[in-house]
Amino acid sequence: MHHGHEGNHEAPQSFLRRYIFSLDHKVIGIQYYLTALFMMLVAGLLAMLIRIQLAWPQAAQPWLHKILPGLYDPNGIMRPEYYPMLFTMHGTLMVFFVMSTAPVSGFGNFLIPLQIGARDMAFPFLNMMSYWTFFVGCLVMLASFFVAGGAAAAGWTAYPPLSALREAIPGSQWGQTLWIVGMVFFIASFTMGGLNFVTTILNLRTRGMSMFRLPLTIWAMFCVAVLGLLSFPALTAGAIMLLFDRHFGTSFFVPSGIVIADKLTSHQGGSPLLWQHLFWFLGHPEVYILMLPAMGFASDIISVFARKPIFSYRAMVYAILAISTLSFLVWGHHMFVSGMSPYLGMAFAIFTLLIAVPSAVKVFNWLATLWRAKIHFTTPMLFALGIVSLFISGGLSGIWLGQAPIDIQVHDTYFVVAHFHLIMAGAALFGVFAATYYWFPKMFGRMMNETLGKLHFWLTFVTYYLTFFPMHFLGLRGMMRRIYDPTQYDLFKPLQPINELISISAFVLGAAQLIFVFNFVWSIFRGKKADRNPWRANTLEWTTESPAPHGNWRGPLPVVYRGPYEYSVPGAVEDYIPQHVAPAEVKTVGTR
Amino acid sequence: MTESHAVEMTAESVWGGGVSPFGVSWRKLMMWIFIITDGLLFAGLLAGYGFLRLASPRWPDQAEVFYIPFIAFMTFVLITSSATMGTAVGAARHGDRRWIVRGLALTILGGLTFLGCQAYEWTHLIHEGARLYTNPWGVPHFTACFFVLTGFHGSHVLSGVIILTVTLIRTLLGKATPEGVEIAGLYWHFVDLVWVFIFTLFYLL
Repeated sequence: MHHGHEGNHEAPQSFLRRYIFSLDHKVIGIQYYLTALFMMLVAGLLAMLIRIQLAWPQAAQPWLHKILPGLYDPNGIMRPEYYPMLFTMHGTLMVFFVMSTAPVSGFGNFLIPLQIGARDMAFPFLNMMSYWTFFVGCLVMLASFFVAGGAAAAGWTAYPPLSALREAIPGSQWGQTLWIVGMVFFIASFTMGGLNFVTTILNLRTRGMSMFRLPLTIWAMFCVAVLGLLSFPALTAGAIMLLFDRHFGTSFFVPSGIVIADKLTSHQGGSPLLWQHLFWFLGHPEVYILMLPAMGFASDIISVFARKPIFSYRAMVYAILAISTLSFLVWGHHMFVSGMSPYLGMAFAIFTLLIAVPSAVKVFNWLATLWRAKIHFTTPMLFALGIVSLFISGGLSGIWLGQAPIDIQVHDTYFVVAHFHLIMAGAALFGVFAATYYWFPKMFGRMMNETLGKLHFWLTFVTYYLTFFPMHFLGLRGMMRRIYDPTQYDLFKPLQPINELISISAFVLGAAQLIFVFNFVWSIFRGKKADRNPWRANTLEWTTESPAPHGNWRGPLPVVYRGPYEYSVPGAVEDYIPQHVAPAEVKTVGTR
Repeated sequence: MTESHAVEMTAESVWGGGVSPFGVSWRKLMMWIFIITDGLLFAGLLAGYGFLRLASPRWPDQAEVFYIPFIAFMTFVLITSSATMGTAVGAARHGDRRWIVRGLALTILGGLTFLGCQAYEWTHLIHEGARLYTNPWGVPHFTACFFVLTGFHGSHVLSGVIILTVTLIRTLLGKATPEGVEIAGLYWHFVDLVWVFIFTLFYLL
């Protein structure tokens, strides 16, 4: 540690040091990204099983019994006690192992040194450790499907007492323990990554790269790292106590008098609410850990393809900072039904609604950037516009849910499922795709196919809305989330056509991702060769070769003279002026 | 910085890129940030303890359970070890190797004494019937919180002792840098500071 070289390590020669145990931030970023995509595949397949069940709950699926004999009984009906494992693991994997990982650990690692003008992250060895810790966390989570009792089944929020008592449900046996262990690995990995992000962005910016010349993606990564470092410790503390409750007989979260199978448990005096506070103190900043990178990508990409400066850069930065700060003051809005004092609930509701202000600042600045622009509708731009669309659609229902009187009414219904899939999951997913299409040339030196990309976008965009928008209506009609078979209630039977529509859309949505996978793999080998700056963009990563060499720039590091969004500057010959161009080097119309 | 350039240290330019805005290396900055995040972990555990204690109808009288002068002695040892750590850091800055070694050795001794006292305290309480899930003083949460808080802090002291031992060996081999000693010191002061909070909030209040 005391003899690091500020990321100036030698280029490794052997295959193992180059691609597996690499210290290079670009390789580590891609490792994170690919691992997260694999986890997305697993979590996506779980969602498909959920949708088969919800659309046709009583229909026999003998073919599924043949594939998954544990999950389905011989008649092809899903075993009810396994259904909660599907949504628990879908949520856990998607929130932490996919949507916190691909944009933040994946693109964050890849982009931070390239965009701030550094050779590597501050502490490359810690960066490598961070990836391999994450990898072990993934293995632990995947292993939990195969232990006695199956995977965790207490929801992605792991509320006790269900998660604290091993005899409560099958999933609370070893599955829940592995869930906790996997999460601890994840948190350790995210902490190591966050330490690197913050120190690198603060200390290793190249000459001239002041904080207010940072691309908004970097501002987002900076705030995400700070959010993670400040909020994850609360969940770690909770996870430690939960582990003690489960295995060492303490009762931090388990109240007195719980009877399971006619047996009184020996726990006494604990409080499940304590877990909810600790969990949501992490949980709410966590949704911004998913959202902020997508906002950063959208800002960068929209500016490039609108060929205009991002509207009001400083307001965008202050909005990110305001959202990050407020995110620590709103965790109680997940707990309106927990019996909290109405005055406290009102305070949480007010802070929640306050978040709408910086959010609206961001949306209107994006729209103002697009206003009267000559928009280039490339695939990354389409996905960036998709982020804006989903952020608005999901944000509007957020204003409903932030208020206690409405939230208490629709709490734990599909209305909430619709809300967070549109805003948090949807915007983050579209952010991953936008970033992939946009930075693919820098990652692999080739372009992705635009025709396939646009097909992928339109299929994803339309089916995403068809899948999640109708869930609002299910929720308003009272259909609760996490329900195994809605048709067991007469009142939900008329809603079944909506459930079938949702499921069919979800299958098309899932299948459309195969186009992406094909395009991705095909383009790595057969895509059109990319030059240094295929999008004619301003930020520093486009000043080096595609793919960037070890150490990022041959020769000295670039020096920065201007902000990242100088597009269509009046009087300039080119419609973009990259950050490293000195004022004297700008070609103006007069000097032509 | 590797590619350091002469830049005037005005408020404008320290944030202007090419230099560390706080005038510290990334190593020290990273340790500071780690201390914040690790401090919040203890804050989470202490908040949980406070929550449960406020929710409990009764709480044992600590003076009956613990022999407070003994705990005060442990606290004194740990705080003194912070002072000897300061000596080592000061000596490292002046390149005085003899006093680095003495300071580090005394700090390690202080840490080990603290751990020994804690082991004695735990053994004593366990002999009296204290368990994670039960105790003779009535409220099971009392010992659950006690063992988790002090155990977690003790594991931090242990890791601090290990870090200091490595630093001591590196000093003897002539490999330690003044900054390395200082960073190890930062962690040690942090561990001591956490104990002040635990001592106040768990033993005294």
